[in-house]
Amino acid sequence: MRAENARSVVDGNAIAGLLAELFTQDMTMMTGTCGGCGAQAPFAHNVVELDETAAIVRCRSCTHTLFTVLRDGETLRLRIGSLVALEAP
Amino acid sequence: MIVGDWRPATVSEVADVTPTARVLRITVPGWPGSEPGQHVDVRLTAEDGYQAVRSYSLGSYGGGDTIELAVDEVPDGEVSPYLVRDVQPGDMLEVKGPLGGYFVWRPGGVNPVQLIAGGSGIVPLAAMAKARADAGTGPPFRLLYSVRRPESAIYRDELERLAGDGGVNLTWVYTRGGPPGWTGRVGRIDDEVIASTVWPVDQMPDVFVCGPTSFVEQVADALVRLGHPPAKIRTERFGGA
Repeated sequence: MRAENARSVVDGNAIAGLLAELFTQDMTMMTGTCGGCGAQAPFAHNVVELDETAAIVRCRSCTHTLFTVLRDGETLRLRIGSLVALEAP
Repeated sequence: MIVGDWRPATVSEVADVTPTARVLRITVPGWPGSEPGQHVDVRLTAEDGYQAVRSYSLGSYGGGDTIELAVDEVPDGEVSPYLVRDVQPGDMLEVKGPLGGYFVWRPGGVNPVQLIAGGSGIVPLAAMAKARADAGTGPPFRLLYSVRRPESAIYRDELERLAGDGGVNLTWVYTRGGPPGWTGRVGRIDDEVIASTVWPVDQMPDVFVCGPTSFVEQVADALVRLGHPPAKIRTERFGGA
Protein backbone atom coordinates (compact mmCIF):
# COMPACT_ATOMS: atom_id res chain seq x y z
CA MET A 1 0.00 0.00 0.00
CA ARG A 2 1.31 3.44 -0.89
CA ALA A 3 -0.18 6.13 1.18
CA GLU A 4 -0.43 9.30 -0.88
CA ASN A 5 -0.96 11.46 2.16
CA ALA A 6 0.81 9.69 4.98
CA ARG A 7 1.37 12.99 6.72
CA SER A 8 2.01 13.02 10.42
CA VAL A 9 2.65 15.78 12.91
CA VAL A 10 5.74 15.00 14.93
CA ASP A 11 8.73 17.03 16.13
CA GLY A 12 12.25 17.88 15.10
CA ASN A 13 13.70 14.61 16.35
CA ALA A 14 11.99 12.84 13.46
CA ILE A 15 13.93 14.78 10.81
CA ALA A 16 17.37 14.33 12.35
CA GLY A 17 18.26 12.03 9.45
CA LEU A 18 16.83 14.30 6.79
CA LEU A 19 18.61 17.40 8.12
CA ALA A 20 21.84 15.43 8.53
CA GLU A 21 21.73 14.82 4.77
CA LEU A 22 21.61 18.58 4.22
CA PHE A 23 23.96 19.79 6.93
CA THR A 24 26.13 16.67 7.44
CA GLN A 25 25.76 16.95 11.21
CA ASP A 26 23.18 16.51 13.91
CA MET A 27 20.84 19.50 14.00
CA THR A 28 18.48 18.45 16.80
CA MET A 29 20.42 20.39 19.44
CA MET A 30 20.84 23.50 17.28
CA THR A 31 18.93 26.46 18.69
CA GLY A 32 16.84 28.36 16.16
CA THR A 33 15.27 31.78 16.54
CA CYS A 34 11.87 32.50 15.03
CA GLY A 35 11.59 35.89 13.35
CA GLY A 36 7.84 35.76 13.81
CA CYS A 37 7.74 35.79 17.60
CA GLY A 38 11.37 35.77 18.75
CA ALA A 39 11.10 32.35 20.41
CA GLN A 40 14.30 30.35 20.70
CA ALA A 41 14.19 26.57 20.82
CA PRO A 42 16.25 23.53 19.94
CA PHE A 43 15.35 22.12 16.52
CA ALA A 44 14.14 18.94 18.22
CA HIS A 45 11.39 20.99 19.85
CA ASN A 46 9.89 22.35 16.61
CA VAL A 47 6.59 21.14 15.22
CA VAL A 48 7.19 19.10 12.08
CA GLU A 49 4.58 18.15 9.50
CA LEU A 50 6.11 15.25 7.67
CA ASP A 51 5.27 13.28 4.57
CA GLU A 52 7.17 11.53 1.78
CA THR A 53 8.06 14.71 -0.09
CA ALA A 54 8.27 17.48 2.49
CA ALA A 55 8.99 18.42 6.06
CA ILE A 56 7.33 21.65 7.12
CA VAL A 57 9.02 22.91 10.27
CA ARG A 58 7.02 25.30 12.43
CA CYS A 59 7.71 27.39 15.51
CA ARG A 60 5.97 25.75 18.49
CA SER A 61 5.22 29.18 19.98
CA CYS A 62 3.62 31.05 17.05
CA THR A 63 3.22 28.33 14.34
CA HIS A 64 5.08 30.38 11.70
CA THR A 65 6.92 28.17 9.22
CA LEU A 66 10.60 28.32 10.17
CA PHE A 67 11.74 26.39 7.11
CA THR A 68 10.69 23.66 4.73
CA VAL A 69 12.69 20.76 3.34
CA LEU A 70 11.47 19.41 0.00
CA ARG A 71 12.56 16.12 -1.46
CA ASP A 72 12.49 15.59 -5.21
CA GLY A 73 14.01 12.20 -5.90
CA GLU A 74 17.61 12.40 -4.72
CA THR A 75 17.54 16.18 -4.47
CA LEU A 76 16.83 18.06 -1.25
CA ARG A 77 15.85 21.71 -1.25
CA LEU A 78 15.73 23.95 1.81
CA ARG A 79 13.41 26.95 1.80
CA ILE A 80 13.95 29.34 4.67
CA GLY A 81 10.86 30.86 6.23
CA SER A 82 10.80 32.76 9.51
CA LEU A 83 14.04 31.25 10.84
CA VAL A 84 16.35 34.19 11.46
CA ALA A 85 19.21 32.80 13.55
CA LEU A 86 20.96 29.55 14.38
CA GLU A 87 23.11 28.86 17.39
CA ALA A 88 25.22 25.77 17.94
CA PRO A 89 24.85 24.07 21.36
CA MET B 1 27.10 11.98 16.93
CA ILE B 2 27.68 9.87 13.85
CA VAL B 3 25.31 9.97 10.94
CA GLY B 4 26.93 8.82 7.71
CA ASP B 5 25.18 7.24 4.77
CA TRP B 6 22.74 4.41 4.40
CA ARG B 7 24.21 1.15 5.62
CA PRO B 8 23.07 -2.22 4.32
CA ALA B 9 21.66 -4.30 7.15
CA THR B 10 20.20 -7.75 7.69
CA VAL B 11 17.38 -8.73 9.99
CA SER B 12 18.84 -11.35 12.31
CA GLU B 13 16.03 -12.06 14.77
CA VAL B 14 12.35 -11.28 15.17
CA ALA B 15 10.21 -11.75 18.26
CA ASP B 16 6.53 -10.96 18.74
CA VAL B 17 6.30 -9.12 22.05
CA THR B 18 2.70 -7.88 22.08
CA PRO B 19 -0.28 -8.67 19.82
CA THR B 20 0.76 -5.72 17.62
CA ALA B 21 4.48 -5.21 18.22
CA ARG B 22 7.66 -6.96 17.41
CA VAL B 23 11.27 -6.61 18.50
CA LEU B 24 13.67 -6.77 15.56
CA ARG B 25 17.37 -7.42 15.91
CA ILE B 26 19.26 -6.12 12.93
CA THR B 27 22.89 -6.70 12.05
CA VAL B 28 24.57 -3.59 10.68
CA PRO B 29 28.18 -4.22 9.64
CA GLY B 30 30.37 -1.35 10.81
CA TRP B 31 27.72 0.05 13.16
CA PRO B 32 29.45 2.81 15.17
CA GLY B 33 27.41 2.34 18.36
CA SER B 34 24.76 4.62 19.83
CA GLU B 35 23.81 6.57 22.93
CA PRO B 36 20.69 5.67 24.94
CA GLY B 37 17.66 7.38 23.37
CA GLN B 38 18.91 7.72 19.80
CA HIS B 39 17.06 6.50 16.73
CA VAL B 40 17.70 5.31 13.20
CA ASP B 41 16.06 5.89 9.86
CA VAL B 42 15.09 2.65 8.15
CA ARG B 43 14.76 2.54 4.36
CA LEU B 44 12.85 -0.18 2.56
CA THR B 45 13.04 -0.61 -1.21
CA ALA B 46 10.32 -2.43 -3.13
CA GLU B 47 11.07 -4.59 -6.19
CA ASP B 48 10.03 -1.75 -8.49
CA GLY B 49 12.42 0.66 -6.78
CA TYR B 50 9.85 2.50 -4.66
CA GLN B 51 11.39 3.52 -1.36
CA ALA B 52 9.92 4.35 2.04
CA VAL B 53 11.78 5.80 5.02
CA ARG B 54 10.67 5.75 8.64
CA SER B 55 12.34 6.61 11.94
CA TYR B 56 12.51 4.05 14.73
CA SER B 57 14.00 4.43 18.18
CA LEU B 58 16.72 2.09 19.30
CA GLY B 59 15.88 -0.13 22.25
CA SER B 60 19.58 -0.91 22.43
CA TYR B 61 22.58 1.31 23.05
CA GLY B 62 26.35 1.02 23.00
CA GLY B 63 28.57 -0.82 20.55
CA GLY B 64 28.44 -4.07 18.62
CA ASP B 65 27.11 -4.79 15.14
CA THR B 66 23.56 -5.62 16.22
CA ILE B 67 20.91 -3.03 16.96
CA GLU B 68 17.44 -3.57 18.35
CA LEU B 69 14.21 -1.89 17.29
CA ALA B 70 10.73 -2.44 18.67
CA VAL B 71 8.05 -1.64 16.12
CA ASP B 72 4.36 -1.27 16.88
CA GLU B 73 2.00 -1.79 13.98
CA VAL B 74 0.16 1.29 12.79
CA PRO B 75 -3.11 0.07 11.25
CA ASP B 76 -3.18 1.10 7.58
CA GLY B 77 0.46 2.13 7.87
CA GLU B 78 2.76 1.66 4.92
CA VAL B 79 5.89 0.35 6.62
CA SER B 80 5.12 -0.88 10.13
CA PRO B 81 2.76 -3.73 9.07
CA TYR B 82 5.57 -5.11 6.93
CA LEU B 83 8.07 -4.90 9.79
CA VAL B 84 5.66 -6.40 12.32
CA ARG B 85 3.98 -9.09 10.18
CA ASP B 86 6.16 -9.99 7.21
CA VAL B 87 9.84 -9.35 7.69
CA GLN B 88 11.92 -12.45 8.45
CA PRO B 89 15.50 -13.16 9.53
CA GLY B 90 17.73 -12.81 6.50
CA ASP B 91 15.73 -9.98 4.94
CA MET B 92 17.70 -6.91 3.94
CA LEU B 93 17.00 -3.26 4.59
CA GLU B 94 19.03 -0.07 5.00
CA VAL B 95 19.76 1.84 8.15
CA LYS B 96 21.04 5.38 8.71
CA GLY B 97 22.28 6.52 12.08
CA PRO B 98 22.57 6.72 14.97
CA LEU B 99 20.49 9.90 14.81
CA GLY B 100 19.63 12.68 17.22
CA GLY B 101 21.67 14.12 20.06
CA TYR B 102 18.78 15.85 21.80
CA PHE B 103 16.67 13.00 23.16
CA VAL B 104 19.61 11.24 24.81
CA TRP B 105 20.43 10.36 28.39
CA ARG B 106 24.11 10.76 29.17
CA PRO B 107 25.51 9.28 32.36
CA GLY B 108 27.20 11.67 34.72
CA GLY B 109 24.33 13.93 35.73
CA VAL B 110 23.33 14.34 39.36
CA ASN B 111 19.65 15.24 39.03
CA PRO B 112 17.11 12.41 39.30
CA VAL B 113 15.72 11.23 35.98
CA GLN B 114 12.04 10.88 35.16
CA LEU B 115 11.01 8.82 32.14
CA ILE B 116 7.41 9.02 30.90
CA ALA B 117 6.33 6.73 28.07
CA GLY B 118 3.12 6.28 26.14
CA GLY B 119 2.78 3.01 24.19
CA SER B 120 5.76 2.28 21.97
CA GLY B 121 7.34 5.51 23.25
CA ILE B 122 8.91 3.18 25.78
CA VAL B 123 11.60 2.10 23.30
CA PRO B 124 14.18 4.91 23.70
CA LEU B 125 13.35 5.20 27.40
CA ALA B 126 13.98 1.47 27.87
CA ALA B 127 17.44 2.01 26.36
CA MET B 128 18.03 4.77 28.93
CA ALA B 129 16.80 2.59 31.80
CA LYS B 130 19.03 -0.28 30.68
CA ALA B 131 22.00 2.06 30.43
CA ARG B 132 21.37 3.31 33.95
CA ALA B 133 20.99 -0.22 35.31
CA ASP B 134 24.12 -1.40 33.48
CA ALA B 135 26.10 1.51 34.89
CA GLY B 136 25.23 0.25 38.38
CA THR B 137 25.51 3.76 39.75
CA GLY B 138 24.16 7.18 38.93
CA PRO B 139 21.08 9.30 39.55
CA PRO B 140 17.87 7.56 40.62
CA PHE B 141 15.42 6.80 37.79
CA ARG B 142 11.65 6.73 37.80
CA LEU B 143 9.63 5.41 34.89
CA LEU B 144 5.95 6.14 34.34
CA TYR B 145 4.66 3.89 31.55
CA SER B 146 1.17 4.31 30.10
CA VAL B 147 -0.26 1.36 28.16
CA ARG B 148 -3.76 0.32 27.17
CA ARG B 149 -3.56 -3.05 28.92
CA PRO B 150 -0.79 -5.14 30.48
CA GLU B 151 -0.42 -7.23 27.31
CA SER B 152 0.20 -4.08 25.22
CA ALA B 153 3.41 -3.28 27.09
CA ILE B 154 6.59 -3.64 25.06
CA TYR B 155 9.59 -4.70 27.21
CA ARG B 156 7.30 -5.60 30.10
CA ASP B 157 9.50 -8.38 31.51
CA GLU B 158 12.75 -6.47 31.03
CA LEU B 159 11.33 -3.43 32.80
CA GLU B 160 9.98 -5.48 35.69
CA ARG B 161 13.42 -7.03 36.01
CA LEU B 162 15.14 -3.63 35.98
CA ALA B 163 12.67 -2.41 38.60
CA GLY B 164 13.26 -5.52 40.72
CA ASP B 165 16.99 -4.88 40.69
CA GLY B 166 16.32 -1.52 42.28
CA GLY B 167 17.77 0.62 39.50
CA VAL B 168 14.48 2.00 38.25
CA ASN B 169 11.27 2.81 40.07
CA LEU B 170 8.43 1.68 37.76
CA THR B 171 4.81 2.87 37.79
CA TRP B 172 2.23 1.45 35.38
CA VAL B 173 -0.71 3.42 34.06
CA TYR B 174 -3.45 1.41 32.34
CA THR B 175 -5.77 3.38 30.10
CA ARG B 176 -8.20 0.56 29.23
CA GLY B 177 -7.79 -2.14 31.86
CA GLY B 178 -5.32 -3.50 34.41
CA PRO B 179 -4.09 -7.03 35.10
CA PRO B 180 -6.36 -9.58 36.81
CA GLY B 181 -7.12 -8.40 40.31
CA TRP B 182 -6.06 -4.83 39.55
CA THR B 183 -7.81 -2.45 41.91
CA GLY B 184 -5.91 0.66 40.95
CA ARG B 185 -7.19 3.38 38.70
CA VAL B 186 -7.72 2.98 34.98
CA GLY B 187 -7.33 6.05 32.81
CA ARG B 188 -4.91 8.41 31.16
CA ILE B 189 -2.05 10.17 32.86
CA ASP B 190 -3.42 13.34 34.41
CA ASP B 191 -2.21 16.01 36.84
CA GLU B 192 -2.97 13.80 39.83
CA VAL B 193 -0.94 10.88 38.48
CA ILE B 194 1.96 13.18 37.71
CA ALA B 195 1.80 14.90 41.10
CA SER B 196 1.81 11.56 42.92
CA THR B 197 4.37 9.57 40.90
CA VAL B 198 6.78 11.96 39.15
CA TRP B 199 9.81 13.41 40.93
CA PRO B 200 8.74 16.64 42.64
CA VAL B 201 9.75 19.92 41.01
CA ASP B 202 12.13 20.85 43.84
CA GLN B 203 14.24 17.76 43.06
CA MET B 204 14.88 19.33 39.63
CA PRO B 205 14.44 16.10 37.66
CA ASP B 206 15.57 15.70 34.07
CA VAL B 207 12.37 14.60 32.35
CA PHE B 208 12.11 12.60 29.13
CA VAL B 209 8.69 12.13 27.54
CA CYS B 210 8.13 9.93 24.49
CA GLY B 211 4.98 8.71 22.79
CA PRO B 212 2.38 9.60 20.19
CA THR B 213 2.13 13.35 19.56
CA SER B 214 -1.14 13.80 21.47
CA PHE B 215 0.22 11.90 24.49
CA VAL B 216 3.40 13.97 24.63
CA GLU B 217 1.49 17.25 24.32
CA GLN B 218 -0.86 16.33 27.16
CA VAL B 219 1.92 15.15 29.47
CA ALA B 220 4.25 18.06 28.70
CA ASP B 221 1.45 20.58 29.24
CA ALA B 222 0.58 18.96 32.58
CA LEU B 223 4.22 18.95 33.69
CA VAL B 224 4.56 22.66 32.94
CA ARG B 225 1.25 23.38 34.66
CA LEU B 226 2.58 21.62 37.77
CA GLY B 227 5.70 23.79 37.78
CA HIS B 228 8.32 21.76 35.90
CA PRO B 229 10.53 24.16 33.93
CA PRO B 230 10.08 23.59 30.15
CA ALA B 231 13.86 23.54 29.72
CA LYS B 232 14.05 20.43 31.92
CA ILE B 233 11.53 18.52 29.79
CA ARG B 234 12.80 16.74 26.70
CA THR B 235 10.20 15.38 24.35
CA GLU B 236 10.03 13.07 21.37
CA ARG B 237 6.84 12.59 19.38
CA PHE B 238 5.93 10.06 16.78
CA GLY B 239 3.08 9.90 14.33
CA GLY B 240 1.75 6.93 12.49
CA ALA B 241 2.46 5.97 8.91
